[in-house]
Amino acid sequence: MSEAALTPSPARPARRAGGARVRGESRLVQAILIAIALVFLLLVLGLPLASVFVEAFRKGWDVYLEGLSDPDALAAVRLTLLVAAIAVPVNVVFGLAAAWCIAKYEFRGKTLLTSLIDLPFSVSPVISGLVYVLLFGAQGWFGPWLKANGVEIIFALPGIVLATIFVTFPFVAREVLPLMQSHGTADEEAALTLGASGWRTFWTITLPNVKWGVLYGVLLCNARAMGEFGAVSVVSGRIRGLTTTMPLHVEILYNEYNTVAAFAVASLLALLALVTLVLKTLLEWRYADHLSANGKH
Amino acid sequence: MQAAASRWRQPSILPGFGLALGVTLTALCLIVLIPLAGLVLKAASIGPAEFIAIARSERTVAALRLSFGAAFLAALVNAIFGMLIAWVLVRYRFPGRRLVDAAVDLPFAMPTAVAGIALAAVYAPNGWVGSLLDPLGVKVAYTPLGVAVALVFIGLPFVVRTVQPVLEEIEPEVEEAAALLGAERLRTVFTVVLPAVFPALITGFVLAFARAVGEYGSVIFIAGNVPMVSEIAPLLIVIRLEQFDYAGAAVVGVLMLLASFLLILLLNLLHGGLRRRYGHV
Amino acid sequence: MTRKRLRRLFDYAMAALALAFCLAVTAGARAQTVELLNVSYDPTRELYRAINAAFAQEWKAKTGKTVTIRQSHGGSGAQARTVIDGLNADVVTLALGGDIDAIAQRTKKIPADWQKRLPNNASPYTSTIVFLVRKGNPKGIKDWGDLAKPGVGVVTPNPKTSGGARWNYLAAWAWAKKANNGDEAKTREYIAALFANVSVLDTGARGATTTFAQRGIGDVLLAWENEAYLVGEEFGAEKFDIVTPSLSILAEPPVSLVDGNVDAKGTREAAQAYLDFLYTPKAQAIIAKHHYRPMKPEAADPKDMAQFKTIDLVTIDKDFGGWTKAQPEHFGDGGTFDQLYKPKR
Repeated sequence: MSEAALTPSPARPARRAGGARVRGESRLVQAILIAIALVFLLLVLGLPLASVFVEAFRKGWDVYLEGLSDPDALAAVRLTLLVAAIAVPVNVVFGLAAAWCIAKYEFRGKTLLTSLIDLPFSVSPVISGLVYVLLFGAQGWFGPWLKANGVEIIFALPGIVLATIFVTFPFVAREVLPLMQSHGTADEEAALTLGASGWRTFWTITLPNVKWGVLYGVLLCNARAMGEFGAVSVVSGRIRGLTTTMPLHVEILYNEYNTVAAFAVASLLALLALVTLVLKTLLEWRYADHLSANGKH
Repeated sequence: MQAAASRWRQPSILPGFGLALGVTLTALCLIVLIPLAGLVLKAASIGPAEFIAIARSERTVAALRLSFGAAFLAALVNAIFGMLIAWVLVRYRFPGRRLVDAAVDLPFAMPTAVAGIALAAVYAPNGWVGSLLDPLGVKVAYTPLGVAVALVFIGLPFVVRTVQPVLEEIEPEVEEAAALLGAERLRTVFTVVLPAVFPALITGFVLAFARAVGEYGSVIFIAGNVPMVSEIAPLLIVIRLEQFDYAGAAVVGVLMLLASFLLILLLNLLHGGLRRRYGHV
Repeated sequence: MTRKRLRRLFDYAMAALALAFCLAVTAGARAQTVELLNVSYDPTRELYRAINAAFAQEWKAKTGKTVTIRQSHGGSGAQARTVIDGLNADVVTLALGGDIDAIAQRTKKIPADWQKRLPNNASPYTSTIVFLVRKGNPKGIKDWGDLAKPGVGVVTPNPKTSGGARWNYLAAWAWAKKANNGDEAKTREYIAALFANVSVLDTGARGATTTFAQRGIGDVLLAWENEAYLVGEEFGAEKFDIVTPSLSILAEPPVSLVDGNVDAKGTREAAQAYLDFLYTPKAQAIIAKHHYRPMKPEAADPKDMAQFKTIDLVTIDKDFGGWTKAQPEHFGDGGTFDQLYKPKR
């Protein structure tokens, strides 16, 4: 199996769909297989998504808007945006730096470094919260020192941001890395030989080459950052209107029998997911070649 | 410094290696490695005997078995249906195909807590699907089966998005040749297509599995959270934490961390590094 | 995309970052008004929403200052843990004394004799444990003994993390001990049979109520009296019946100042006034309205008082030797709950 074949490319229209009869299934088999696939998707994805909106609008628009205009709900929206506004840029800077040194240089320990960057992907979100509690909690390693100096991390914004950065850590790096690798170093070397400075080379050659990958990574990173529940719930302290992000606020409302408001806030998040999907699909259709490492190079 | 550096890395005229590596390592250490080291230290602080006692306690074993068992089952379901969905999307044309194609990524973008309450609403005995299954004696929500359903939701795109591009790359000529040589359609699929996509399928399976093992947000809403029955390992961590049992939480955490690390290692062994998996893959 | 536009994009990102930090800083700095944080247990959400509004009004009238009270709710044990881990609570209002004891022991932010500082064991109200069953009581559940019968689905939160569940457990224990004339082995047998019927064990009282009322799981919910009434209000009284067992436990959810935190934040005055307010007739009336048994029944609306049935109540101090004894004996690692809870596979 070649590496290229394993390097997935963005969803493309099926070029050979319905192609040569000689290898196709009968119409009946096709219809059955399509039906099975669609029913499965409906059960796993369609119905849950639909239920969010049905439950949210169960009692009509007024109740829906009331649920969203609650000051605590608005505070949760603000906090969620704030957390994403910090976590995403941090991950962009990190992702570009990591991709740059892994893609453009050969050094020992590269595989290990790549694996470590991947690690947060498979670490349970609960653990990503737990580690910060153990580190910065009042009973933790640095807790007493932080307390003495009046620094709040756990149960405050910094803790939530840290946990969010942890869970979204590999997202940008992983999107940009294959692109940078596929472009090689020839362009940058040429620019440097012509006398451009390192930064200038980065801004004019490297970044434009991977910009769609960065955007793509930002999109995914943002979706996860705004939607993270497990990690944030461990470090949040659940102070209504202060340290509850939107997913946590959904849980709180849900536990207050305020189902409509819970699903109203959930519908905002679902909407965010849908917008993310639309943008992502647009990116894939328009810039498929720029996004896929084996596209043109 | 330069001379020392060049021993472990090949020289390059590109500048900025030091800066980029510095930023990378600093972020990696501050955000990931030091906190994880803290976890390991905490778990180690209770001594090996105690560690093994907690690790082998009935409840820990049951929680880990559920987390891994349900994740395995979910990944298996995803492998089968993900393969089917990828096949249908690549090979057939039907109205709304592009929409379905885009919709497969929904679990990537959907917050897990939202997925959890939505799945619970649909699969509870009084929900849309649950009310149909209940007369048949099948209970999904609040049982281990519910855990698996949530994990299927979480893992689905991983399989579809790893298999799909490989299916697209398969040259039709091979299949045509097999057909011309008189092979039945089913046999062609199993002897020509399946072997070609198998590595991708395995990768997708492991990805879905790795993601599912640690999943928390979507599961707690739909699992019954009964100790030893429907209590997943991440929830056990939270419960231990809530009982002031920091070391107990850390032990379960370390065990899961170990599993995560092994899975990532396995993935890297599978094909020397993962690629673009989080999105469309 | 040109280099300039990329740079501008980068500038925007940096500006957003800067803005974010400014917001964070200003959020911390706007301390013109007093802000209190009340860390409470699960079912008190509605109660404290009403109390907080009343107190803010009174505080404004009395001192001219504005006070905002932030709320955090969860399983009682879980909430105590977050305070121990550093959540900056001014007051804790938890489900049972044992959880506040834990904060006192582990952080030294609360003096050991905290329960003596306010009247009535620092409990402005009490409550008890009752059964909530489906309308018409199809399984015929009348008393604790019926819960252990085969085929009855019981819903209770997890005694390890939920305060309410610990009261549930002890009430069941007290009944069984009395019914078996103090025979410990038979009591244990009963508890084991009861918990063998438990199908869902949520971490907090709220989760359990949602499971029972909203998701339709189980035949009987062991619930706080106040929670049982609230379910009727929220989901329709026509769907449920409340069954009062022959014997239950006097549940005393206590409150305390977190001295270490209020002194660091300079909020002692307001926090103390807040706790004192809970004992005023005004607050006591609100308490009764939310189905908690007020300490001063005379302050409550007699209509609200009519809802409370007289039940034979055991107490934690008399019958179980207080939380310092009951907590490790029943709910510690290897305690009776761990010994007796053997879920079916």
